[in-house]
Amino acid sequence: MVNIVWLLLMVSGIIVAAANGNIEVITKAALEGANDAVKISFSLIAIITFWLGIMKLAEEAGLVRALAWLVRPLMRFLFPSVPKDHPAMGAIVMNLSANILGLGNAATPMGLIAMRELQKLNRNSDTASDAMCTFLGLNTACITLIPTTIIGIRLLYGSADPTEIVGPTIMATAFSMSVAIVVDRLLRLIYSSRR
Amino acid sequence: MLGIIAELSRWAIPVILLIVPLVAMLRGVKVYETFVDGAEAGFATAIKTIPYLVAMLVAISVFRASGAMEVLVAALSPLLNYVGLPAEVLPHAVMRPLSGGAALGIASDIIKTHGPDSFLGRLVSTMQGSCDTTFYILTLYFGSVGIKKYRYSVILGLVADLTTLIASIFIINMVF
Repeated sequence: MVNIVWLLLMVSGIIVAAANGNIEVITKAALEGANDAVKISFSLIAIITFWLGIMKLAEEAGLVRALAWLVRPLMRFLFPSVPKDHPAMGAIVMNLSANILGLGNAATPMGLIAMRELQKLNRNSDTASDAMCTFLGLNTACITLIPTTIIGIRLLYGSADPTEIVGPTIMATAFSMSVAIVVDRLLRLIYSSRR
Repeated sequence: MLGIIAELSRWAIPVILLIVPLVAMLRGVKVYETFVDGAEAGFATAIKTIPYLVAMLVAISVFRASGAMEVLVAALSPLLNYVGLPAEVLPHAVMRPLSGGAALGIASDIIKTHGPDSFLGRLVSTMQGSCDTTFYILTLYFGSVGIKKYRYSVILGLVADLTTLIASIFIINMVF
């Protein structure tokens, strides 16, 4: 699937540019994309290093396990393949909480820490495990209580009530998160029978 | 309610940074040494994402710059008009899973042109606020642990995005 998406983006881009007679934008766009990617990775070094340090402390202090224990019933249901009280559970909860509170700077490193923990449980190191697919599904469909950026833009263009979209946003994400959980279960069944 | 959530967001990280080292110390953990031990993997984790992000962001950048999105929007708009999605927000719906920055640009533009309190303004605000950049998250998270085969996570992410889109249209029509 990701192979098809990638190929379609590249091929359709190049064909359309050629048909429009501005093929010269392709080379420039490719280099810009690569440049952005490296910049993002470099900017992640700082926050990942910082949060890995804090999370190691939290783990040694027993706080990650305590957190995992607190939300055990829900997490057992969502991630049946992860042993209870595993550090991955704690990291997943931290990531989702940071997402819900709109703390982007903490959410990403927490997510990467959760992936490291899930990878330790993964039998096939180049293939996504069931738990990883569930985690990413939840992550991309996650509720955000306050979408700060878009509220700022609404304010900028003179909205009478910039925060009026908070309610609809929570409803929309709550709905799509529920759908994601159900679809994840269905896809898990389909894909596990295929192997 | 909104005020409470905003305060919670403001205090969450400082409180974590206070409690974690204190509890660790009380439980006899050598705080400084443990922090450094954990943080050691940070550089490698971040650098490991480079090839994955380069591959994905190059493809997205080529797609954006070429004008292929306009072609796709023209091809899809009769179908989407049929299900009640206004053609104006279609570029946003297509870009949202691919590029957060590009989607935000499109959203600002719609809000500027049609007004933040119009139907389109509210719809695009909800769409921007309730989705994440699916392909960026997939690429980054899987890249950091060297996973190349994404299995059904791409379909799952896109289904979630589509659901959010449909739910946003429905809810905005209902609420306002």
